[in-house]
Amino acid sequence: MDILNALVAFLNFVFVPGLAYGAQLALGALGVTLIYGILRFSNFAHGDTMAFGTMVTILGTWGLQAAGVSAGPLPTALLALPLGIAVTAALVLGTDRAVYRFYRRQKAAPTILVIVSLGVMFVMNGIVRFIIGVEEIGFTDGERFLITAGDFRNMTGLSEGLAIRTTQAITVVTAVIVVAALFWFLNRTRTGKSMRAFSDNEDLALLSGINPERVVAVTWILAAALATTAGVLYGLDKSFKAFTYFQLLLPIFASAIVGGLGSPIGAIAGGFVIAFSEVTVTYAWKKVATYLLPDALAPDGLVQLMSTDYKFAVSFAILIIVLLFMPTGLFKGKSV
Amino acid sequence: MAEPFLIGENMTGGYGAADILHGCTLAVEKGQIAVIVGPNGAGKSTAMKAVFGMLKLRAGHVRLDGEDITALSPQARVAKGMAFVPQTHNIFTSMTVEENLEMGAFLRRDDIRGTMEQVYGLFPILKQKRRQPAGELSGGQRQQVAVGRALMTQPKVLMLDEPTAGVSPIVMDELFDRIIEVARTGISILMVEQNARQALMIADRGYVLVQGANRFTDTGPALMADPEVRRSFLGG
Repeated sequence: MDILNALVAFLNFVFVPGLAYGAQLALGALGVTLIYGILRFSNFAHGDTMAFGTMVTILGTWGLQAAGVSAGPLPTALLALPLGIAVTAALVLGTDRAVYRFYRRQKAAPTILVIVSLGVMFVMNGIVRFIIGVEEIGFTDGERFLITAGDFRNMTGLSEGLAIRTTQAITVVTAVIVVAALFWFLNRTRTGKSMRAFSDNEDLALLSGINPERVVAVTWILAAALATTAGVLYGLDKSFKAFTYFQLLLPIFASAIVGGLGSPIGAIAGGFVIAFSEVTVTYAWKKVATYLLPDALAPDGLVQLMSTDYKFAVSFAILIIVLLFMPTGLFKGKSV
Repeated sequence: MAEPFLIGENMTGGYGAADILHGCTLAVEKGQIAVIVGPNGAGKSTAMKAVFGMLKLRAGHVRLDGEDITALSPQARVAKGMAFVPQTHNIFTSMTVEENLEMGAFLRRDDIRGTMEQVYGLFPILKQKRRQPAGELSGGQRQQVAVGRALMTQPKVLMLDEPTAGVSPIVMDELFDRIIEVARTGISILMVEQNARQALMIADRGYVLVQGANRFTDTGPALMADPEVRRSFLGG
C-alpha cells in the first residue's frame, strides 16, 4: 500500500506536471529548431512570439466570453487559438519582410541574425506589455479537473490523491496531435520535404528549383503556430505573464540544443529531458521517501535538491553537460 | 555551321576583382558529350559554373538552343532544361534516395514515376536502396543519386563537375558507361574531369583549359592523339 501511495504521490507531483511542462517546452523547442534548420540562426524572439500569440488568444477568449460563446468543459481559449495563430503568423511574416529579409539578402552571418532577433524580441516584448500589461492573467475556464485528488482517493481507497487538471490533459493531447501533424507535413508533403531538403543542403535545394522565399515563409508560419500553441498551453496550465514567457526562452533553448539544433525529434526529446530534470531536481521528495523508507529512516528535511528558484540553473547545467560530451546534442543536430 | 545546342561564348569573369576566365568558350551539341580537362587551377569548374549562371560574367554570352540565357539565375536555367551536379555536397544526405529524386523533380507538376523508373533502370542499385538515407550510401552510389537527382527534371543538358572524384576505378568506368547511356537518350553532357584520359576517350568534344582560356579544342580522340596535349596534360 505504501509503495502504491509513493507511486501516486510521484505521479501527482512529478510525472504529470513534468509531462505537461515537457510537452509545452517540446512545442516551443520545435519552433526554435525549425527556424534554426531553415533560416540558420537562433531566434531569441521566440519566447516573445509565444507571448504575443498567447496575448492575441487571450483577447480573442475575452471576446468570445463576452459574446457568451464557450467550449463547454474545455477552455474557451482553444476556440480563440486559430485567431492567435493567424495574427501571430501575420506578425512574424511582416517582421520577416521588414527586418530579416534585408539581412538574408546581405547574406548576414548567423551571429548578426541572432542580434537582429534580439532587437525583434525587445520590440515584441514592448508590444505585448503595451497592449495587455505586465500583470499575471489567468484565462482558463471550463471544467478545472479531469479527475480530482478527492475523487481519486475515494475511487482507490489510497491515502494519496492523483489530480489531473483539464489543462494538463489538453496540453498532452494537443501536443501529440500537433507533433503528429508536423511530422506528417515534413515527411509526407511536397512542401515539407522541400523544407527538409532546404535545411539539409541549401545550395542543392536551389539547384533543384526549390523557392527559398516560400520555404522561409512556410517555416515562419509553422513557427508562429507552434509558438502560439505552446504559449497558450503554458498559459492555460499556469498563467500568462509577459515576463515569464521571456524567461521561458532559457529552458526552450536548452531543450532545442540538448536534443540537437535542427532536429525535430531532438527538440521533443530535449523538451522532456529538461522538464523532468527541472521537476525532479526541485521537487521535495519527503512525502515519497516517507512512504518508501521504514519509519526509522524517515527524512526530517524536505529532501529537495534545489529550491524551485533555481530551476533555470538545472536547464543550464544539463545544457553544459550535454554540450561537453555530445556537442551536436542527443539527436545529432547541427553543431553550434 | 549551325550553332551548338549550348554555348558559353567568350566568357570572362571571376568571383572577385580578378578574372579567372579569359574569353573562354565551351559548347556542346545535342546528345553529345563535351569534356573539359586541364591542370589544377585552370578554371575548369569555374567555367562550368559560369555556363550555369553561378558566376557573374563581365563579358561573353551563354546561349541555350539559340536563346540568350546570360542574365538568367541558375534556378531559371533549371526551368529551361539545364541540370547541374556539383562536385561535392550534391545529395541531400538526411533524406532517402527516393526523396532525393523527388526533390530533383521539384519543379515538375506532372507524374514523375516514369522518370523515376528510368533513373532506377539506369542505376538499379538505387531502386534497392530507395528507402535508405542517401548519406549512408557508398561514394559511387552517392554519385549515382546525384546524377539521378539531376536527371529527374528531364533536362536537355546535364552538367557534371568531376563526377568520378573520389570513386574507385571500377566505379569510374561504370559511371562513364552510364553517362554515355544518358547521352544516347539525346541529353547533351558537359563535364569537367580530373581523369582526363578516360574522359577524353568518351568525349565527342574535348576542351583543354589553361589559365581560364581555351588552349586546345578538338574531338576527344584527336586530343588524345595530339603529341603536345599528351606531353603537357596527359603525362606522355
